[in-house]
Amino acid sequence: MNASAPELPAPIGLLAELTHRCQLRCPYCSNPLELDKRSGELDTATWRRVLSEAAALGVLHVHLSGGEPTIRTDIVEIIAHCARTGLYSNLITSGVGGALEKLNALADAGLDHVQLSFQAVDKANAERIGGFVNAQAQKMAFAGRVTALGLPLTLNAVIHRGNIDEVDRFIDLAVALGARRLEVAHTQYYGWASMNRAALMPTKADVDRSIQIVETARKALEGRLLIDLVVPDYYATYPKACVGGWGRRLINVTPSGRVLPCHAAETIQGLEFWSVRDRTLADIWTSSPAFMAYRGTDWMLEPCRSCDRKERDWGGCRCQALALTGDASATDPVCVYSPYHARIKTLAAAEASVNAKSTYVYRSFSLGDRPASAGSPAGDVS
Amino acid sequence: MRELLRLDDVLRLPRGSRLRFDDVRGTHVLLAPERTFDLDAVAADVLGFVDGIRSVDDIVTALAEKYVEDRGVIERDVIDLLDELLRKRVLDR
Repeated sequence: MNASAPELPAPIGLLAELTHRCQLRCPYCSNPLELDKRSGELDTATWRRVLSEAAALGVLHVHLSGGEPTIRTDIVEIIAHCARTGLYSNLITSGVGGALEKLNALADAGLDHVQLSFQAVDKANAERIGGFVNAQAQKMAFAGRVTALGLPLTLNAVIHRGNIDEVDRFIDLAVALGARRLEVAHTQYYGWASMNRAALMPTKADVDRSIQIVETARKALEGRLLIDLVVPDYYATYPKACVGGWGRRLINVTPSGRVLPCHAAETIQGLEFWSVRDRTLADIWTSSPAFMAYRGTDWMLEPCRSCDRKERDWGGCRCQALALTGDASATDPVCVYSPYHARIKTLAAAEASVNAKSTYVYRSFSLGDRPASAGSPAGDVS
Repeated sequence: MRELLRLDDVLRLPRGSRLRFDDVRGTHVLLAPERTFDLDAVAADVLGFVDGIRSVDDIVTALAEKYVEDRGVIERDVIDLLDELLRKRVLDR
């Protein structure tokens, strides 16, 4: 696709973080500790341009995320623009607040798929985890409307110690709501989630049991419900091919327009991120220092460099390597070949053994986002 | 347990399962929730016939004519493809 770099793959997915604003306050949120302010968000025209450029670059799927993407007043236009440019639009939503009100218009604009989060099936537990009262009734109503409109529905369940004993109930809920797909995604410890790791980490026994429940249900529900399982990193043997390999498949655009190879890449100090405000997406994909830093295998150290898995998992996750070893170029310590691997297992076991009822540090968007003086609340999510 | 695909089944692409040509990679694709299926020319033809009207048997007949190929071979390929997509919940019957 590019004469100067013939082996450079075209990106297939765009994670469009439309806003960091969100009604929920989930302790496992993987957004950065410092959120983009509403006043710094990209405008509609810029998103239209970014989406058109993404389509021309080879992107097929657009994941409209955040924060809560339906908070954007231009969400209908953004989805309409995805449809106009042939992009497959995936709305990743909590289903609360004004989401239901907008759903018919989103469907009419050409929305392709809805991924709806549930924090738990038990109402009290769900609302404790999400830090938002009456979320469950709104989510149920939202799910009902999605399927009534004929849109495919995915339920997303982020799993941690506080809801790991509800995995079977998540599966039942997905079937009852007519979802085609369920994501049982064990928490990945980035951003806010890393602050709450000790309150979220499940035990190895609970993890194993939850995986068994999913395997059994997959067989029983084959052809009715597709279940995708994201296993918890810390208990794995090999790392995941994070974002399909750095700078190989995914582009992440933040609410303010910075372009990242992965959602958590800003935790890596010293990387230079370019913005869609200054450059085209194609230019950024091809030449941005942040994308070049860990693309391919040339940057790898041992044990990755001589490993025959290096083009399968691409060294795992750079952000996790940094967070757990202090070096973003190190082998992801989830990998059994990492010298840090044993330490990670010990850490997970120690944190999971904390018996106390989980006390979360809740996410709050409005903190630090409201002007000190009385005035319009910049962080207002309504 | 799931019922196996039959020749008289009539399938359709539900909303959220979209066929398109990927100009950048020069290939047909089926876009579905969180998945992209790369389609060769025959697979693209098979799915092009999935319209909520034709039965699996009709699709096999149409393809056997188009490719002047043994019906049994075509039937096996068509059923393998469609059954896989049913299993992944990106086709409806």
